[in-house]
Amino acid sequence: MENKKINKHLSVEPKSWYWMLYILPALFVYIIFMAYPLIDSLRLSLYTGSNSLNREFIGLNNFKKLFTDDFFSLRYKSAFGHTVIFFLINMIFQNCLGILFAVIITTRTMKLKTFYQTIIFIPTTFAVLVTGYLWKLLLNPVWAGETLSNIGLGFLAQPWLGSKSTALVTVSLISCWQWMGIPTMMFVAALKNIPHDCLEVASIEGANAWQTFIKIKVPLIKPVIGMITILTFVNNFNAFDIIFATETVNGAPNYATDLLGTFFYRVGIAGEHPIAIADPGLGAAVATITFIVLLLGVIPILKFTNGDN
Amino acid sequence: MSKTKSLKKQNRHVFYHVIMFIWSLIVLFPLYVLVINSLKTRLSIYINPFGIPKTFNFKNYSTIFKDSDFLIYFKNSFIVVILSLLVMTIFSALAAYAFAFWKKRQARLLFFFMIAGMMLPIKIASIRILEIMKFLNLLNTIWSLIPIYVAMGIPIGIFVLTEFIREIPLELSQAAIIDGANRFSIFKMVIVPLIKPALSTVAIYNLVPFWNDLWFPLIFISDEKSKTLLLGVTRLFGQYQTDWSKVLAVLTLSAIPVLFLYLTMSKQFIEGVTAGAVKG
Repeated sequence: MENKKINKHLSVEPKSWYWMLYILPALFVYIIFMAYPLIDSLRLSLYTGSNSLNREFIGLNNFKKLFTDDFFSLRYKSAFGHTVIFFLINMIFQNCLGILFAVIITTRTMKLKTFYQTIIFIPTTFAVLVTGYLWKLLLNPVWAGETLSNIGLGFLAQPWLGSKSTALVTVSLISCWQWMGIPTMMFVAALKNIPHDCLEVASIEGANAWQTFIKIKVPLIKPVIGMITILTFVNNFNAFDIIFATETVNGAPNYATDLLGTFFYRVGIAGEHPIAIADPGLGAAVATITFIVLLLGVIPILKFTNGDN
Repeated sequence: MSKTKSLKKQNRHVFYHVIMFIWSLIVLFPLYVLVINSLKTRLSIYINPFGIPKTFNFKNYSTIFKDSDFLIYFKNSFIVVILSLLVMTIFSALAAYAFAFWKKRQARLLFFFMIAGMMLPIKIASIRILEIMKFLNLLNTIWSLIPIYVAMGIPIGIFVLTEFIREIPLELSQAAIIDGANRFSIFKMVIVPLIKPALSTVAIYNLVPFWNDLWFPLIFISDEKSKTLLLGVTRLFGQYQTDWSKVLAVLTLSAIPVLFLYLTMSKQFIEGVTAGAVKG
C-alpha cells in the first residue's frame, strides 16, 4: 500500500506550469532588462527624436547619416578603424604571451609556478578605471622625467598617451597588461588536459621541446585561441573605460584613440561635442551595426578554430 | 649523454625564469609605485618618484576619509554588489533546478533563449535601458543598478548551475521523495547544499565585473549620495587632479577589497574568473 503510493508519487512528473514558477523570476528580470531593451534598440535605430515623446520613424536615415554625413561619417569611420587596431594589438599580445606564459607555467619541473601565476593575474582583478589612471601617471613625462634622465633612461619620458602617433598603441598595451591573466589561464587549462603519457611517449621517441609544442600542444590550443578571439572581439567592441580613464570620452589627442564605445557614448548618451544633445536613434544605429558585426564575426571565428574537429 | 640533457633542461628553465621575472616586474613595479607614492606628499612624488619616502605620510588617506564621500561610495558599492549577487544566485539556482528536471521541448527552447545572453554585450542596449530606468523612476538611485546586474549574471548562472544539478545522482532526490519531501524542499535540503561550490564560482565570476563596473553608474547616476565607488573615484580624480599622491591613495583604497579577496582565495578566484570568461 505504502509502496504503491510512493511509486505513484515518483511517476507523477510535475506539470509544466509548476516548473515555470521556478523559472519566472529569472525570466522576468532577463526579459525586461536584457532581451527586450536589446531587441528594442534595433527598432530604435529607425527613429529620430531626443526622447520617447517626440519620436519619429525615419527608416534607414540614421545609418545613412552615419556613413555619409561629413561630420559623423568621419568620426564613425575613424572610431571603427581604431577599434580594429585596438583589437588586433590585443589579439597578438594576449595570444603570443598567453601561450608562452602557459607553457612555462605548465612545465612540470618548473619552480615558483603558482607564484608567477598569482602575479600574472593581479591586474585582471583591478577595475579598468584604476589601471587607466595609474598608467596615466606612470606615463606622464613630467612626473619622473628628470629622475629617468639621471639614470640614463631619459628616452622613456615621452608623452606616450599625449602624442597622436603613439596614443592608440599605448592604450592597447595598457589593456594587454591588464587582461593577460585570462588568456594565460585559459591556455593553462587547455595544456593541463594533455595526458601525461602523450608527452612521455613524445620524449621517448626523441621529440624536442619545440616539436612537442607544434605537434601535440598547438592542436589542443587552437580552440582556445578561437575562444580568446571571440572574447577579445566582443569586449573590445565595447571598450570604453580604458579610454575614459586615460584619454577622456573624446578619445584625445584629437580623436586619435576614439573607439566605437566612446563614440557610442558621445552620440547616443552624452551628446556629441558641438551639439551636446544626445541622439538616441543615431546611437542605436551605432549599436545595431556593432551587434551585427559581432554576430557575423563570431560565427566564422568559431568555424575556423573548430573546423578540424 | 644524460648529463648534457639535464644541463640543457636546466638552462631552459633559467630562460623561463628570466621571462617570468621580467613580466612580474612589469606587473609589480606599477603597483609598487602606486602604493609607495600614495604615502608621500604632493611635491615629493616629483622629486623622488621611485624611492621609499623618508617619512611615511598617511595624511592622504585620512583626508580622503574625512573630507570626501568615500565611505558613502564604498557603502553604495557594497550594497549593490551584495544584493545583486544574492538575487542573481537565487534566481539562477531556482531556474536551473527547473531546467535540470523539466524535460520538455519548450524547456529546452527557453533554456537556450536565456543562455543566449552570455554572448550578447548588454551595453549595446544601454540607450533603451536608460529610458526604462527613467520610466521606472530609478535614475539617480543605486536601485537602478541591481536589476541590470542581476540580468547580466543570470545567463551564465543558469548555464553553470543547470550543468551542475544535472550531474547530481537522481537517486538522491528520489530518496527524499520517499521520505515525503516535496519538490521545493528537495531543492532546499538536497540540491542547494550539493551545488555550493558551483554557487560560489558563479558569485565570484560576477563579483569582479559588478564591483568594477563603471558604465552603468556613469550613465544612471549623477547624485553624489548614490554614486558607487568607481564613479566616486572619477569624481575624486577630478577634484585632486593637482595632487597625485591623494589620487594614488584613492586608487589604492578602491583596489584593496577585490585584491584582498583575490590574494586570500586566488585559486577559486582564477577558476571563477576564467570559467566566466570562457563562458562554458
